[in-house]
Amino acid sequence: MAKRKTIRTIPQARTPMPEQAPEIRITNFDEVACGYRLEDALLEAERCLDCPDQPCVRGCPVGIDIPGFIRKIAEKNFHGAYDVITDTNLLPSVCGRVCPQESQCEGVCTVGERLEPVAIGRLERFIGDRAIAEGWTNLPYIERNRHKVGVVGSGPAGMACAADMAKAGCEVTVFEAFQEPGGVLKYGIPDFRLPNSVVDAEIEKLRQLGIRFECNTLVGRLFTLEQMMGEMGFSAVFVGTGAGYPSFMGIPGESLGGVLSANEWLTRCNLMHGRDFPAYDTPLQPGKHVAVIGAGNTAMDAMRVALRVGAEKVTCVYRRSAAEAPARAEEIHHAQQEGIDFQWLTSPVELIGDEQHRVRAMRCERMELGEPDASGRRRPVPVAGSAFEIECDMVVFAIGTNANPILGQTSGLKLDKRGYIWTDDTLATSIAGVFAGGDIVTGAATVIQAMGAGRRAARAMKAYLGLRD
Amino acid sequence: MSDFEIVARSDFSDVTFSLEVRHPLMARAAKPGQFVIVMEHEHGERIPLTLADFDRDKGTITLVIQAVGKTTREMQQNCRVGTRLHALVGPMGIPSHIGAAKKVICVGGGLGVAPIYPQARAYKESGAYVIGVLGFRNKGLIFWEDKFRACCDELILCTDDGSAGIKGLVTEGIKQSISAHADIDEVVAIGPPIMMKGCAEATRPFGIKTMVSLNPVMVDGTGMCGGCRVKIGEVVKFACVDGPDFDGHLVDFDDLMARLGRFRPTEKAALEAWQESCRLRGGAGH
Ligand SMILES: Cc1cc2nc3c(=O)[nH]c(=O)nc-3n(C[C@H](O)[C@H](O)[C@H](O)COP(=O)(O)OP(=O)(O)OC[C@H]3O[C@@H](n4cnc5c(N)ncnc54)[C@H](O)[C@@H]3O)c2cc1C
Ligand SMILES: Cc1cc2nc3c(=O)[nH]c(=O)nc-3n(C[C@H](O)[C@H](O)[C@H](O)COP(=O)(O)OP(=O)(O)OC[C@H]3O[C@@H](n4cnc5c(N)ncnc54)[C@H](O)[C@@H]3O)c2cc1C
Ligand code: SF4
Ligand code: SF4
Ligand code: FES
Ligand SMILES: [Mg+2]
Repeated sequence: MAKRKTIRTIPQARTPMPEQAPEIRITNFDEVACGYRLEDALLEAERCLDCPDQPCVRGCPVGIDIPGFIRKIAEKNFHGAYDVITDTNLLPSVCGRVCPQESQCEGVCTVGERLEPVAIGRLERFIGDRAIAEGWTNLPYIERNRHKVGVVGSGPAGMACAADMAKAGCEVTVFEAFQEPGGVLKYGIPDFRLPNSVVDAEIEKLRQLGIRFECNTLVGRLFTLEQMMGEMGFSAVFVGTGAGYPSFMGIPGESLGGVLSANEWLTRCNLMHGRDFPAYDTPLQPGKHVAVIGAGNTAMDAMRVALRVGAEKVTCVYRRSAAEAPARAEEIHHAQQEGIDFQWLTSPVELIGDEQHRVRAMRCERMELGEPDASGRRRPVPVAGSAFEIECDMVVFAIGTNANPILGQTSGLKLDKRGYIWTDDTLATSIAGVFAGGDIVTGAATVIQAMGAGRRAARAMKAYLGLRD
Repeated sequence: MSDFEIVARSDFSDVTFSLEVRHPLMARAAKPGQFVIVMEHEHGERIPLTLADFDRDKGTITLVIQAVGKTTREMQQNCRVGTRLHALVGPMGIPSHIGAAKKVICVGGGLGVAPIYPQARAYKESGAYVIGVLGFRNKGLIFWEDKFRACCDELILCTDDGSAGIKGLVTEGIKQSISAHADIDEVVAIGPPIMMKGCAEATRPFGIKTMVSLNPVMVDGTGMCGGCRVKIGEVVKFACVDGPDFDGHLVDFDDLMARLGRFRPTEKAALEAWQESCRLRGGAGH
């Protein structure tokens, strides 16, 4: 038997990800990170120490058997690795790309104590992409029962719940308001980070499980949750409608032309293909000098999209410092490489318009970090006399979202103080048989957390329906 | 669910036409004041249109469309009976509150004439005395007069040139009604923002509650993009989920009108490119 690996014997350097060069990639929407080749994956798999205590598994919100799947990669048993991952995670090619690994699995990897951690996400993506390319699906034998299950919203939470309930033998229909399924994965996250073709491939697998997708269906308004549980004959319903409703700051000038939310900007560009105007009809009207407020993933996406549709200068305005920026480390790194101008510790106070009611500048003030606030982060406080202007013809707000009000308006669902759907620990809502999870319960979170919630709700739903888990 | 087939169409003028689309579930769910979002084809944009009528027995909804730019003109050209819309979602928005008002004026002008119809009918059904005030540019553009007569106790037509009814704007009609009836509980007005603003100003001195239906630029219609935000008094609301009906005395109409021009340069380019391609196709003898 081979000698046990130690931190000294493994490849010391993390296997680099093949990437498009910054000056090229800002001219296209192809993926920035091109994915590990076979030899990259095999080399990186050698770096896992197969730790007995498996800290990485606890770092993953859904507890993927990480050393287990990496071992299979090292053995060149890729289908085996796929089986291990999909035992817990339905969307490896998605999560491998977009999980904030540095604060989840990789953040606690033993190798990371001395060297760069094992590239768990990249390996996971390698397997997910291989499964798509090879057409692996792992269709289980499904014993049909008589239950009809409805899923509202086709983002990661809804997809995960739908898959588990279909595997349990239920007849599952997913209702989506947009004309295409996928949620934020489709309308929000741009192709250069997560191609829509990858999302479509994952949705195709759900279709193969027998799941039906009904798009153009606004639940609550076309029919209510109560109607679903009553006359429409659903035995149980899962609500995964996301958070949605974007926030603004309430500063003067927010209604000027050229000022929009990141959701509007990204939806026009991604889902509606505004970047291919006039082949597609949705107007995008990109700015030349774009200022984006916020420093989360959404802000990074908004800025990098702006670059790719022709902006000459893109500025990130964030009231805290780089250390507090909530985006994935890789996104900030990529944004920096692409030439985004970061104005840390800066807060907008007013947007200034021209005669045509279009934005022409943003007045800002500098901030400094004061005492820690409720979130434990040091609270930014304005520096007196520090006001200055950034010239810009487009401003994007990427400062978070609130709960979407539609299901609250149209059903008896109990909501929490902030308007999100209230659930108990099992993700059951106040209506019997109706479960909820993802951003609409927790507020904006991550893809893998939403997916995990969908699966957790499925477990509770099975118990409610008296099905074996 | 439905394949969004167009089952009937009529043309009211060279710019206004109606489409009756099969969607039984929506016909059942629809209420006055709500709207839908339509995509004509796969490469199309999402545009909001008010539910101008719905027939629960036939399982259809009716849209009345004014051809103003690329998408609506293309629909005018392509949406024939038997064709299908690519997407149709709704009903959206909070239904109009048909309250206990005993006497109401329902005002429709321009593309607001059709959308005011379901409200007038609903008020009639709730037992109110309904005064309809409809504005058209001239006699030739009048449509649905019979439908309105069937649900209005009084109908006042206003034309710009006086070719039918009274000569002048709908605000003239409102003033006449207010002076004839001292007990008007509510005014409901739908039309171009400038018209709704005029209506709100006409009723303000009398303190008559005036509801308007706002039409800002929308994308999703589900509260997700914030493009449809409007100023109502001191607060900002999203018209698609918090409206589209708001208290006309609180609406910042100037803000609404300015925001409606947000994408005008691109819209103009789209229309010109499309007209050019039509001309070329026509010229090639197809
Ligand atoms: C731009 C952007 C970038 C992001 N980047 C990352 C990242 O890199 N990594 C990461 O982990 N997370 C990221 N996130 C967060 C992540 O995408 C979300 O946490 C996750 O998608 C939430 O999943 P969900 O299933 O709860 O909802 P969503 O993905 O929001 O899906 C909800 C779906 O429900 C539909 N819907 C809503 N209401 C109704 C209704 N009444 N009837 C029918 N359908 C309805 C919506 O149209 C939507 O399709 C990002 C988010 C954004 C916006
Ligand atoms: C709630 C609501 C209900 C409406 N009901 C009707 C109706 O019943 N009948 C009708 O004819 N029209 C209605 N409209 C207006 C209709 O949506 C626009 O006229 C249409 O989108 C114009 O598209 P276009 O490409 O033909 O013209 P464009 O040249 O693209 O636009 C012309 C003008 O229409 C407005 N507009 C453009 N795109 C949108 C959009 N996505 N959303 C809203 N406004 C837009 C802008 O002010 C623009 O300058 C309604 C709008 C709203 C918000
Ligand atoms: S799902 Fe995300 S957190 Fe879990 S192992 Fe994969 S990349 Fe890491
Ligand atoms: S912590 Fe790191 S080295 Fe240890 S098993 Fe997990 S991935 Fe491998
Ligand atoms: S249209 Fe997007 S929020 Fe109203
Ligand atoms: Mg248009």
